[in-house]
Amino acid sequence: MPGAVTETADIQALLRSGFGSLTEAEFLLLRIADRAAARAWLAAAPVTSVADLATRVPVATQIALTAEGMRALGVPEAALAGFADPFLSGMAGDAARSRRLGDTGTDAPESWDWGHAAGMPHVLLLLYAEPGQLARHRATVLPDAQRAGFEAPSSLGTTNMGGREPFGFADGISQPQPDWRGVRRPNTPADVEYGNLIAAGEFLLGYGNEYGRHAQRPVLDPALDAALLLPAAEDDPTRRDLGRNGSHLVFRQLAQDVAGFWRALDRVAAGDVARRIGIAEAMVGRRLSGDPLVESGAPVRGVAPRDQARNGFTYTRDALGLRCPIGAHVRRANPRTGDLPAAAPGALARLYAAFGFAARGPRDDLVAASRFHRLLRRGREYGTALAPAEALTAADTVESGLQFICLNADIARQFEFVQSAWLNGAKFAGLRDETDPLTGTRRPVPDLIADRFTWPRPNGLGERVGPLPRFVRVRGGAYFFLPGLRALRWIAGAG
Amino acid sequence: MQSAFMVAAPVDPDCEADLRTLLATMNRLPGFADPDNELVPFGRFETLHFARFVILRDTTLGDLAAYGSSFPDAPVWLVLLGECDGPAPAMLVALAERAGAGLRRIFAFCRGFDEGADLLAWLRTREVQPAAFYVNWRGRSVRRIREEASLHRALRAWLDENGAALANAAPTQVRDRLIAYVAAEQRAGRLALTPEPAPDATARLRELLTLIGVPLLLLALAPALIVLAPLFLWILRRHETRDPVIAPRPAAAHLAELTRREDHDVSNQFSAFGCVKPGLFRLGTLRALLWLLDWSMRAIYVRGRLARVPTIHFARWAFLDGQRRLLFASSYDGSLDSYMDDFINKVAWGLNLVFSNGIGYPATRFLIGGGAKDELAFKAYIRRHELPTEVWYKAYPGLGTVDLACNTRLREGLERAAMDADAARHWLALI
Repeated sequence: MPGAVTETADIQALLRSGFGSLTEAEFLLLRIADRAAARAWLAAAPVTSVADLATRVPVATQIALTAEGMRALGVPEAALAGFADPFLSGMAGDAARSRRLGDTGTDAPESWDWGHAAGMPHVLLLLYAEPGQLARHRATVLPDAQRAGFEAPSSLGTTNMGGREPFGFADGISQPQPDWRGVRRPNTPADVEYGNLIAAGEFLLGYGNEYGRHAQRPVLDPALDAALLLPAAEDDPTRRDLGRNGSHLVFRQLAQDVAGFWRALDRVAAGDVARRIGIAEAMVGRRLSGDPLVESGAPVRGVAPRDQARNGFTYTRDALGLRCPIGAHVRRANPRTGDLPAAAPGALARLYAAFGFAARGPRDDLVAASRFHRLLRRGREYGTALAPAEALTAADTVESGLQFICLNADIARQFEFVQSAWLNGAKFAGLRDETDPLTGTRRPVPDLIADRFTWPRPNGLGERVGPLPRFVRVRGGAYFFLPGLRALRWIAGAG
Repeated sequence: MQSAFMVAAPVDPDCEADLRTLLATMNRLPGFADPDNELVPFGRFETLHFARFVILRDTTLGDLAAYGSSFPDAPVWLVLLGECDGPAPAMLVALAERAGAGLRRIFAFCRGFDEGADLLAWLRTREVQPAAFYVNWRGRSVRRIREEASLHRALRAWLDENGAALANAAPTQVRDRLIAYVAAEQRAGRLALTPEPAPDATARLRELLTLIGVPLLLLALAPALIVLAPLFLWILRRHETRDPVIAPRPAAAHLAELTRREDHDVSNQFSAFGCVKPGLFRLGTLRALLWLLDWSMRAIYVRGRLARVPTIHFARWAFLDGQRRLLFASSYDGSLDSYMDDFINKVAWGLNLVFSNGIGYPATRFLIGGGAKDELAFKAYIRRHELPTEVWYKAYPGLGTVDLACNTRLREGLERAAMDADAARHWLALI
């Protein structure tokens, strides 16, 4: 049985909470100008921990760093080298990665506002506050950026849209439930079925993950930690764990073309309001209210009883996607499959399925084992909120979008897999040349145009909605390390 | 029936860089062949599914030291391999005839190449037969794949025009309309669906013998196998507990060489090379398992799936250097990371059976447990043994195995006499 996560004073609070009651937030991208000053500021920064959540927190501060930032702070290469490749090369650091993520053409990193070349941030400062408190909070935490050792910060704002994302849909409903108490042992026959209780090590570095192993992170020669700031590595007590109680924070600023979205659907619906909403809901895979399109069946493990109605469902009984289209955004982002989707109950049936005999049609058993590809989402909206009806007549200059933030331990197997194989996968679950109707690039590989969305109908014929333009564009992004508090102190004093 | 062809010749050490430069001129994108390239215009060979040139420069030979062994004079092989319809020798004849000049320029960088020699004979003496060969769908030719893709395109275009009016029609009724449309298109000569030749009696008999022959043989040998099993397992466990795991993270530069050739299409290539663990025990185990694997891929996994994995177009395992080293080469759909995740989550046991006999593979238990389940070590092992494929050709870009399977089922469903409403609904959903 995996151990419980108890070092709550060492874990940044974002792992446990999206700070829902702190409706104001601002994300500052900082570049280091003066290493000594920046280290001193980082060492003293009032970072909110999980333990702090025991009492009401009116404001919160979180800090994350890019690989470039850790280098600028003087973290030795020997320590950095222990991080996984995606973090080291960065979200925009490799053309092959950009191809997989769909960051090509007009969305190529060269055209981003930040996150590329000279626009690469070193430090991400996440500030949250109760209504009316944000400006004061910022003045307290970072009264003078230059004095703190940074260049003039660039700020990414947020807007409280009341739990809706800019297209108008209730958002943030489906989240994995990390197994903080360590009550579930992964890789038992129970995993044949979909479950929402996920090993803590899928989100927190230094703990057992869904394979019962530890994700890649730097475990240091003790000589690099003479002050004994860092904890011993769980899987190798002779080494000090720089990753322990930290996570990887993936940030993507996604501009959403709200007006373009509703106008495109209005054209498809020929002005019929109900049909326009119906198509949008089919594309998203939930009602505007956030209610699912499929009925909940047997309770899903790891979904709280009060959430079962909205989150306690799978798509097992909707194989053709007649209720929730196979290509719908939420179905792509989390297909809710167990390890052996085709298996009947019983050990013999599992064996039969494991040899590949249970799958009948060409689309059976294509997408399995969702538990290895889950993300803790912590994003915030930005820009001007528009109701769907307003969007039809809004000026094109109104900008809004999502400051997409997610936490995961293995960027390649979690965020990048979901983005490339599921959202942007032209053949996802047996679809024929489609990408995610909301977020997808319409050209997943150079010679393939994938700009339709299939809305299945009861007689088997799919309505092919489209051609759809791109509704979401990448404005910037980067991979960060969200360190544990001890690790942050080590980084601030390193080298 | 599809066949695998492969020619391997040792590269002249002084010429490797020039050879890589020459091979790169065949590409449209990094590692991605221009079908009309001047050297070997793969696109003009109508029975060719996939082909590749890969240079087997094995950077893991040092791992042999863990066994007190070495292979100082190991050749660097240039390999031309591919999959075609019909027998492999005929493909080599066609290549030598129609791309002889280009092949001469390429193989001139190999030791022992003789300008004056008969190219075909030279290639034939360097042919390597696979120890095991996987075909996603036995017997499906390039022509059939292309015809069925045209069928799908035609049905889709017709439905884009006429589908709205049929939105509420019964599935069987829609199917009847589509059958009529296809028949008209065929009569007009706009659509071809060449009938599949029915397998003759001897072919059927051979298939039946393949299917039952191996189980019968194993049944006959069962008493001996059962008696020997404890001894085998005892020796196996001794090996498994002592064999070193050598799976350091691959160098960033090596990874970059691999990934820049990836994800230019919905499919990708994979070529990996490494040493078999020294000793007769491991070699014998590996050969027996490859023989069984090969049988399962001829008899059982013949229509669309290798165990639970549907995304592999072709795969082969081939020995080189007198069975000291093993090449694995495949063409598959999606990115390598998802391919590896699929492997681990769906068929870790199958990978372990074969690859645990290679030096450095993550530790297994009784050949099937552990191994690939050690995720990071497995992924590092795979990437470290993978080699850049210099040139890779695919005859049907944009099409994945799921397209091919859906198109084949569409065609089969078209030719079926009758369907009930539910079957027709599922058939229509394939479009």
